[in-house]
Amino acid sequence: MRDRLGLFGAALITVIVLAAVLAPWLAPYPADAPDPANNLLPPGAEHWFGTDYAGRDVLTRVLYGGRTSLVIVVAVLTVSATAGVILGVVAGYAGGWLRDVIMRVTDVFLAFPALLLSLALAVVLQPSVTTVIVAIAVTWWPWYARLAASVAASIATRPYVDAARCLGVPAPLIVVRHVLPNSLTPVLVQVSLDAGGVILTAAALSYLGLGAQEPTAEWGLMVQQSQSLFTTNWWVVTFPGLAIMLTAFAFNLLGEGLRDALDPRRVVK
Amino acid sequence: MIEVRDLLVRYGERTVARVPELDVRAGECVAIVGESGSGKTTTLLSLLRLTEGAHVSGTVRLFGVDVLRAPERRLRELRGARVALVMQSPQAALSPTTRLGVLMRRALRLHGVANASAVTEEALRGVMLDPAILRRYPHEISGGQAQRFAIALAVALGAEAILADEPTSALDVTVQAEVVGVLRRLREERGLALLLVSHDLALVSTIADRVLVMKDGEVVEAGPAAEVLARPSHPYTRELLEALP
Repeated sequence: MRDRLGLFGAALITVIVLAAVLAPWLAPYPADAPDPANNLLPPGAEHWFGTDYAGRDVLTRVLYGGRTSLVIVVAVLTVSATAGVILGVVAGYAGGWLRDVIMRVTDVFLAFPALLLSLALAVVLQPSVTTVIVAIAVTWWPWYARLAASVAASIATRPYVDAARCLGVPAPLIVVRHVLPNSLTPVLVQVSLDAGGVILTAAALSYLGLGAQEPTAEWGLMVQQSQSLFTTNWWVVTFPGLAIMLTAFAFNLLGEGLRDALDPRRVVK
Repeated sequence: MIEVRDLLVRYGERTVARVPELDVRAGECVAIVGESGSGKTTTLLSLLRLTEGAHVSGTVRLFGVDVLRAPERRLRELRGARVALVMQSPQAALSPTTRLGVLMRRALRLHGVANASAVTEEALRGVMLDPAILRRYPHEISGGQAQRFAIALAVALGAEAILADEPTSALDVTVQAEVVGVLRRLREERGLALLLVSHDLALVSTIADRVLVMKDGEVVEAGPAAEVLARPSHPYTRELLEALP
């Protein structure tokens, strides 16, 4: 059952990615051509998801928005999880002064509210998608570092790590072959849970003029810019919102599937 | 092969093991017996300098290497390749995310063992394991198979001495007999030196040549196994023997 859900998550992400990649061919209208005469049309035969305040087709912008949002999600999670896991696992396994140095630096980053730190970084950089990625990744990695450090510290005391030392395996190889693979499960689950959060944080930065800018289609930006229309023109907010929710859901399912795949003891026979 | 003089292991001010003298020669089996907390396992681990946070003094020589003073790199060459440790919980000693074949291949490559496939197969057959076990994960094999795999790994690496920490205590009776049989045969056929830590005097009586009895970190009695177990001189040894079912 878990395997099937994981596969469903992977399939859903594949569909979302394909829809984003093939947007120029799938989208029925241009992404950023305003048509004021047809603004805020409800969903219908001409515009399946309706039109926004500028008369742009919402379906088209949801398809194109996936490109920006997915790039941000994948880039932020890859950079922050990689940096966090490497630092965390080293800190957790090595212990001593190295752990103290890494964890105190982590604490400094965690002492600031993440959004505030992202905002401060975004302010000193030029508004762009790259700025959003850098600003979020810089505040996101300490969470992964702390999680990976606590798991790695526990793994480091397991008998199979002692057994590896007894076999003469050097410390770096013990970290790569034993501590890292056995520490990944909780981190991957956390990464999958964070996908939706990254999209929303990126949206907040875009809303404040620090990230993706109009007329770039980006799901978070679309939600933020149209939220005041929710009670009167629900479709403008709902469809990009559903895209965010569906993407976060798919990543969650994928995370569950990866957890099973990486832990042979969970394999369903 | 194994030579220990005036070994003293302390954690802070607390002495957890004091062994004045311990020698294990090729083809010989020496057992350290005692109840839990008597310092047996600490003594065993200190022979490979694996007691983290402990202050260890005295002299430990494994195949001529001064273990307590040798650089870490020299010790890594010794561990696994010449001296193997067989642990109490065989399955817990195998990484749960690694297939046994991968584990074996990596260990052989690390120590530069040539002709790995043939060596692996011979070692597995020597402990009565089907080479098909290499495709399995640790949770897919029994405790007895895991313990025999650990021994096969030691044999494949060409270890000349095995340090075994309660190798049968986590196994049921019939599997215990299998593992003891394997250890005894390897000792006889290959001249392996065997240092066994156990609280199981019945097991010790079937395999050990000499015995050290430890209590509260001190060696209270030592001598040939037959003599110590038949005519114990220390009250604690007598207590242990009387506790036998």
